Amino acid sequence: MKLEVIYFAWVRERIGLPRELIETRAQTVADLVTELRARDESYDLAFADLASLRVALDQELGSFDAPLAGVREVAFFPPMTGG
Amino acid sequence: MQVVVQAKAFDAGAALNGFAAGVAGAGAVVSFTGLVRDNGGRLAAMEIEHYPGMTEKAIASMMDQAAARWALVDALVIHRFGRLAGGEPIMMVAVASKHRADAFQAAEFLMDYLKSRAPFWKKELGPDGATWVAARDEDETALERW
Repeated sequence: MKLEVIYFAWVRERIGLPRELIETRAQTVADLVTELRARDESYDLAFADLASLRVALDQELGSFDAPLAGVREVAFFPPMTGG
Repeated sequence: MQVVVQAKAFDAGAALNGFAAGVAGAGAVVSFTGLVRDNGGRLAAMEIEHYPGMTEKAIASMMDQAAARWALVDALVIHRFGRLAGGEPIMMVAVASKHRADAFQAAEFLMDYLKSRAPFWKKELGPDGATWVAARDEDETALERW
């Protein structure tokens, strides 16, 4: 399936791009992370500490064990600092 | 209820007056304005990034939750993104209700949720370069009281 993957804040800076279209067979967010980390060192570094990352599935906060079936957009970012 | 996410500066006083003028039946308006701290003159600028689409939905959902818990007449959230200078307003929450307790509580609830559940990320630019502002544990803990 095709997924739009979006990165924000230091995740975007470490990976070096704001978004990309990915063809994947990952079943869960965690599978997708494993796949991305295997790409190269910048991805590996960006996803080194999952406790410091958050994920949104189709613009709703989700968890790393969430299934990707039916999802079109996945975003990775650090804890939010609004207000 | 209105959510405004914009890059341009806003006049918090004018926004508050405009809001208060349109809340027929309300007996109380509570507002909060967040300003960019200049860190004793060391801040050159603040850059705020956000997730267009999710930002508006997340804030609208917080307002729906607030409206379900307290008797609100109306609510307004304005939040900026992009480059801001020290002292400029970053965001504003205004809540109107018949009696003040509802407006005070709903405003605090919205502020607590905006801090750690609205997809914004702040970066401070100073003499030593750029630093992403880290989320504080207290902000996460603050949600537990709701």
